[in-house]
Amino acid sequence: MTTIATPDAAKADAAIRVRNVSHHFGEEGEARHVRALLDTSLDVERGELLCLIGPSGCGKSTLLNVMGGLFEPTTGTVTVGDKPVRGPMPHDIAFIFQENALFPWNTIFENIMLGMTFQGVPKSEREDRARRALEAVGLDEFADHYPSQLSGGMRQRAALARALSLETSILLMDEPFGALDEQTRMVLGEDLSVLLSRSKKTIVFVTHSLGEAVFLADRVAVFSARPGTIKEVIEIDEPHPRKPEFMTSAKFHTLRDRLYELLHDEIRKSMSQSAKPKRAYEDAVAKGEA
Amino acid sequence: MSAPRDRFKGGLASRLVQVGFLVAISVLWYLATTRWGVNKLLLPNPLNVWDQLVDVIAKGEYLNDLRITLTELAFAFAISMVSGTLIGFAISRSPYFTKVFEPLFAGIYSIPIILFLPLYVLFFGLGPASKIALGTTISFFPVVLSTIAGFSNVDRVLVTAAKSMGASDYQLFRYVLVPAALPVILTGLRMGFTVALLSIIGSETIASLGGLGHRIVNLAENMDMARMFAYIVFAIAIAAFLNTTVSVLEARGKRQR
Ligand SMILES: Nc1ncnc2c1ncn2[C@@H]1O[C@H](COP(=O)(O)OP(=O)(O)OP(=O)(O)O)[C@@H](O)[C@H]1O
Ligand SMILES: [Mg+2]
Repeated sequence: MTTIATPDAAKADAAIRVRNVSHHFGEEGEARHVRALLDTSLDVERGELLCLIGPSGCGKSTLLNVMGGLFEPTTGTVTVGDKPVRGPMPHDIAFIFQENALFPWNTIFENIMLGMTFQGVPKSEREDRARRALEAVGLDEFADHYPSQLSGGMRQRAALARALSLETSILLMDEPFGALDEQTRMVLGEDLSVLLSRSKKTIVFVTHSLGEAVFLADRVAVFSARPGTIKEVIEIDEPHPRKPEFMTSAKFHTLRDRLYELLHDEIRKSMSQSAKPKRAYEDAVAKGEA
Repeated sequence: MSAPRDRFKGGLASRLVQVGFLVAISVLWYLATTRWGVNKLLLPNPLNVWDQLVDVIAKGEYLNDLRITLTELAFAFAISMVSGTLIGFAISRSPYFTKVFEPLFAGIYSIPIILFLPLYVLFFGLGPASKIALGTTISFFPVVLSTIAGFSNVDRVLVTAAKSMGASDYQLFRYVLVPAALPVILTGLRMGFTVALLSIIGSETIASLGGLGHRIVNLAENMDMARMFAYIVFAIAIAAFLNTTVSVLEARGKRQR
């Protein structure tokens, strides 16, 4: 099946444009050779929140890293605005990683300041921006705590504050709430929805949670099993900020079920894929006996 | 409620036990020489030793030997600290070099390098140079090994995060690699310091022209046991002071990165 990621063809003002991107790790023929992404094309529109969802190991993180210039794709191109992506673009793109990636030897405040130092924000502006970012995520009272002194949810909010302080137009988030419990991620999701409806940022958000995807996203891109490519893109037509009631609505459930249906087959496929070595082993045993 | 008691147990009480232990040994020592008839040539009376120690310190007789030993230590540790961290950092930048050199250094570290002392004496003579060479060789390995370990085990996510925010190579080194590796490196430096001190005093007792170890052996050969014990106590006190200082510096360095 062909992958037409953006229904209305190539939007003129896409924030990120991914064209025929394939990525593999290791060299062809090596045992460690993995084809992570296969001929993926996708436009992320300005100001939208796009969720990537798919079986584990299908290449979602790989795509995110390629979009942000952290991996160079094996083939294909990525453009941000009108610039081709050739490496990190700290002025356009901020990352939030699954493992929050705060520097454990710095306080939350120092972490945020350091991010801006790296990005090259003038000294005089840094402190002000750090305070505002901490307020935005409700952590102003914890500025002088070390990451190890915060809960998992607070750490992710701190990482979000660091990303926000960089004032980039694009945020790439790789399972930012993945390590948190269901209730915390729901609340953080609501907060994020409010925050984003104000900020007009373009966001790509990887998640494993169908509910989170439907609740947060303007569009959800569903991946096929590895080598991953985008199988279908689903629109979630509901204005931001989204209310908790949306989660109990019939529309929410219909969309969620639709996503589940799409994912189900791919997850089965990816599971039989990872069982391959075992099957080869069984074949060998069978031959040995014959 | 139990917190103050625990602190008492952890701090003051354990200090008391330690002091009590030293007092008990001194008392046993005293009894052995006065009551139990241990030969004075083997074990002098502790009160005698104390008098000798006061004499050694009052006359400043120890100064020259202490100066020699500390100078050797300073040179040996400075050389292994600089070369160990620089070489360790360089090796850690390449997975290939790490794979080659790490096991090699770990292997050399585990052999008794003191065996090279006769060779070093032939090369560098009986003076301080051979002690410095031996102390450097022995303390180089814990420093280089911990530096390699420290820099090659930096959490990759932190490096990626710093790069994604636009960190330059220098910023990456200064704000991510160094703070991440520092605790491990500091531990290696402390171990390096300790083994340098041990090997330098030790080698002074084997073949030397001066230094605390040399003095102690000289007194033993002259059967001046009380004064020899006074120097042993003196050397132990100096070593304890230096090692405590280094441990405090290590702890402080780990807190402020
Ligand atoms: N640095 C790497 N070296 C080699 N192979 C890798 C590397 N990173 C990822 N892979 C492989 O590429 C494939 C895709 O990885 P990726 O991390 O993009 O998956 P994902 O969709 O994010 O999975 P998950 O949902 O579990 O996070 C996986 O099969 C993985 O084994
Ligand atoms: Mg992933």
